[in-house]
Amino acid sequence: MALPNVLETPPSGFNFENVFRNVALEGLLEGGRTKAPKPMKTGTTIAGVVCKDGVVLGADTRATSSEVVADKMCAKIHYIAPNIYCCGAGTAADTEKTTDLLSSNLTIFSMDSGRNPRVVMAANILQDMLFRYRGQIGAHLILGGVDCTGSHLYTVGPYGDIDKVTYLAMGSGDLAALGILEDRFKPNMELEEAKELVRDAIHSGIMSDLGSGNNIDICVITKQGVDYLRPYQESEFKDKRQMRYKYHPGTTPILTEKIVPLQMEVVQETVQRMDTA
Amino acid sequence: MNTRGLRSQLKDSVPVTGLGTQIGAYGVQDTLRSGFSSVKNELLPSHALELSEKNFQLNQDKMNFSTLRNIQGLHAPLKLQMEYRAARQIQRLPFLQSSHLALDTLKGNDESISFEDILNDPAQSEMMGEPHIMVEYKLGLM
Repeated sequence: MALPNVLETPPSGFNFENVFRNVALEGLLEGGRTKAPKPMKTGTTIAGVVCKDGVVLGADTRATSSEVVADKMCAKIHYIAPNIYCCGAGTAADTEKTTDLLSSNLTIFSMDSGRNPRVVMAANILQDMLFRYRGQIGAHLILGGVDCTGSHLYTVGPYGDIDKVTYLAMGSGDLAALGILEDRFKPNMELEEAKELVRDAIHSGIMSDLGSGNNIDICVITKQGVDYLRPYQESEFKDKRQMRYKYHPGTTPILTEKIVPLQMEVVQETVQRMDTA
Repeated sequence: MNTRGLRSQLKDSVPVTGLGTQIGAYGVQDTLRSGFSSVKNELLPSHALELSEKNFQLNQDKMNFSTLRNIQGLHAPLKLQMEYRAARQIQRLPFLQSSHLALDTLKGNDESISFEDILNDPAQSEMMGEPHIMVEYKLGLM
């Protein structure tokens, strides 16, 4: 079975060959001064609300990597299908990849069967995928969409747990956002009212949580279509550069100049006729 | 697609097996590729998911066949397994990459994308076995 020249290609999918090495490396690094690089988390506030004609999803736009803001205009509302969008909190790469895979699977399904995907299918696929990896994929997602059965809002946790509710908030700022939602949510709200509510919820998350900040994105999904407002509201704390940091031409003095022309000669010339019909 | 397996089918899932390592030249462990050999490496999984991922497809198949047998009778999994076995036999020579098209279509893998299709594509594998020896091994001449 394991003769030296008979190669068994490793199976596709995740490869655990380097886990021992990584654990040993981390032990070595912690003893020294350097630390292993941390993955970029989104440290987020995301919220969703079901209103009379559809679903309103909202998110902030800050992505952090420990104490540093890694991305000030990160897009946290991901496209899944023309009628389904998904907000993601947790490890940024995990949410992006998971939602990408989900979107591809739903596209294949809709091309195969000729039907529009339903939100419950997206939720089930996510649940299967995340449970299979037992929470190692750090993706906390809010799935919202409008399909032939109505408007739905689901939350999927990293271990694959699902909840179907009418208003939701996730991420590190979820408690602040949930406070606003609990206070002012009414079933069957109008669209404008729902947008204001989500904006206020995200705003309170931004104000009360260090991991959330910068601008607010809103995505409105209705039977007629999707309105992705990015940014819905820019933060009032944008920094203004004090000076221009571009150097004008001539800043660096030229000491000497030497021009060497390259001798090129035509070696071969081929003419191919094109059919211009 | 996963079946939401019934609890009673769990008795058919594959038990824990040892984690083999790559054997290099002279029958000893290949230190360059797999690290130093130790009993701990071979008995304990290094990552929480290593064992469950190793047997995932097998477990899924067993649960699916078991449920199918309970619902439709013995003939259903028998016929399916016969078809899988037939499809598995049409492959290229052992050192070349086969597309597994028939097998994928039968299993339904052509309609879904998961990490198996993105990560560690065997077509991009950087190691190649020796063609003559691999064919002799497959034909049982070794």
